[in-house]
Amino acid sequence: MSARRAAWLFLAPALLVLGVFFLIPVLGALVLSFTDYDLYALADLHNLRFVALGNYWALLHRPAFWAALGHTFYFVAVGVPLSLAASLGAALLLHSRLARCKAFFRTALFAPVVTTAVAMAVVWRYLFNTRYGWANHLLGMLGIHPVDWLGDPHWAMPTIILFAVWKNFGYNMIILLAGLQAIPVELYEAARIDGASAWRQFRHVSLPLLGPTLLMVAILTVSGYFQLFAEPYVMTEGGPLESTTSVLYLMYEDGFQWWNLGVASAEAFVLFLVMFAVTAAMLRLSSREQAGEAA
Amino acid sequence: MGMGARRGAWLRWVVIVAVLCLAGCAGKRTDALVFWTFGPEGEAVAQLLPDFERTHPDIQVEVQQLPLSAAHQKLLTAIAGGTTPDMAQLGNTWLPELVALHALAPLQRHVADSANVTSSDYFASIWATNVSDGQLYGIPWYVDTRLLFYRSDLLKQAGFDAPPRDWAGWRRMLAALSHPERKVYGILLPTNEYEQLLSLALQQPDPLLRDGDRYGNFESAGFERALTFYVDTFRLRQAPVVTNVEVSNPWEEFGRGTYAFYLSGPWNIGEFRKRLPAAEQADWSTAPLPGPDGPGAGLAGGASLVVFRASKRRRAAWALIEYLSQPEVQQRFYRLTGDMPPRRSSWDSPLLRDDVQARAFRDQLERVKPTPAVPEWERIAVMMQQVAARAVAGELTVDQAAAEMDRQADRILAKRRWLLDRAEAKR
Repeated sequence: MSARRAAWLFLAPALLVLGVFFLIPVLGALVLSFTDYDLYALADLHNLRFVALGNYWALLHRPAFWAALGHTFYFVAVGVPLSLAASLGAALLLHSRLARCKAFFRTALFAPVVTTAVAMAVVWRYLFNTRYGWANHLLGMLGIHPVDWLGDPHWAMPTIILFAVWKNFGYNMIILLAGLQAIPVELYEAARIDGASAWRQFRHVSLPLLGPTLLMVAILTVSGYFQLFAEPYVMTEGGPLESTTSVLYLMYEDGFQWWNLGVASAEAFVLFLVMFAVTAAMLRLSSREQAGEAA
Repeated sequence: MGMGARRGAWLRWVVIVAVLCLAGCAGKRTDALVFWTFGPEGEAVAQLLPDFERTHPDIQVEVQQLPLSAAHQKLLTAIAGGTTPDMAQLGNTWLPELVALHALAPLQRHVADSANVTSSDYFASIWATNVSDGQLYGIPWYVDTRLLFYRSDLLKQAGFDAPPRDWAGWRRMLAALSHPERKVYGILLPTNEYEQLLSLALQQPDPLLRDGDRYGNFESAGFERALTFYVDTFRLRQAPVVTNVEVSNPWEEFGRGTYAFYLSGPWNIGEFRKRLPAAEQADWSTAPLPGPDGPGAGLAGGASLVVFRASKRRRAAWALIEYLSQPEVQQRFYRLTGDMPPRRSSWDSPLLRDDVQARAFRDQLERVKPTPAVPEWERIAVMMQQVAARAVAGELTVDQAAAEMDRQADRILAKRRWLLDRAEAKR
């Protein structure tokens, strides 16, 4: 009994911090999402109405929300595989015995992760300028018509994805590199003795042993990419024609620009539910796959 | 066991006392008058203050400069948290919002007692943007309206001796000056800025909102006329479909002749003087905004000086407002920032009177109109532009766009209608 008390006492600081800075705000936001809290309510609490699920209902009938959700899924569906492929590719190159100046390249490839998005956005906006940008200059040399990268609603999201992948792949690369380095060298030796090609070594040694790391990296990336905000904020301000407005961006506009905190909270919870469902599905799929392999 | 519980309680007290101490330290305040500025005006004010503090030795002013992009959020957070400054610079489209929050102190009494601040000397529409329900909440500090910057040499080459006075003449010039195949356009209208379309809409007799600002009025004949003119400019390829994010250097493009017209505000006089080479300085000028038939109205923008209701130094704040409102001080302020004064007498100095490029603004300022004074206005204007951009892209016709604007405006104004109805029911 006393030991139990002591345990709680040890846990207390962590629980206190979690409660004050996480649990209470989340519960507060949940309550807020059932009200129409806005500027008028800020002025006078008598102007606050309890609307139950009204905010959620209105969201489901709002084309702008569905559009934002669509953009977010587009970003995740294209961005995550690209990002993982880039990370894995870079990690494999860095891990290769043929690679030189490993420390330099590791730092260089990691650098975009630690530079600020705002500074990088300035450079990228110049690179992808329709008239003067290097991107179009390169395309021109190949004889391809210039692309209106950030101005055409069809091209803006691909440009944002490119920017996000370039900015973020270094982080996963480091984790995957650590994963690769943890694979015992003997396994590769054995595979080579069995006459396995480089591809088959990768397919049957590296990939299965990297599985848990890859799953973790994938889940982290998916949940990170669902929260797309900084890239469109600094590159396109959600435009052109709202084609790069993500759910989080919409939430920021509703909540902090227009101060409709009730609506914004509802958006936050819908996004949470979506992310929860997707990551749960990923976990489920991977465990079934493992079970399948074991059987 | 009892020991542990008591120790827990003791620990809790230590934490509470520590938190209170910290709160106490944070709450420590000086006696200075806190003045929030947004954007480059803060630096200019710092240079004007020594003279004020010399004549008012009892008042110490602390200017806190905040970036314009964070201004709105900072203000609302301060109001919600009860940490407002004593006074601030406030864009006049934000004023209704802060009035609705009961954050501002009424200033009518001070003006009545003042020998310096006389309302009749101010441009009437600019002054009117500071009045809400018959109460005055701000004193105009500088004005901002949008009009035409134009390349006089290009107009002359095309056979036009003077800038346009009405839409028909403007359209003719745009047609003559646009060569989209060479990527040369008559005018630059960034599709994510609402001020241009709004200026055209304000030239119409129909109000932007109807029934006591309860519903959108975008399907009115007047607004549809303005939207048609705006959208046609893109459809006729007299303006490129770009946002201001993509046009990183509009001044250089203007100098290069990519655009013959640029619909923008007074700060660009300074920018063009600074950024264009000396040889090109004679080739540009400004003109009042052309209207449907003859010189038209423009947007009554700008910033005011406001005092917060929670301030304990209202008298000192008013003294500073009076000082900053003196014509000589406003002229110095203009020299420092290029921000145009809101008083007619401030325009009487040779500095402004003889300035060819500023003169068009002086003329336009007599013909400006305020936007609807509802807290939701900024949001409605942003929405209007988003829908207009869809019409420009060809996703919507003008009629469909106007209907969509009304639909969304009505949704945004729903809470306002409920509040007004409730207030009426009580009465």
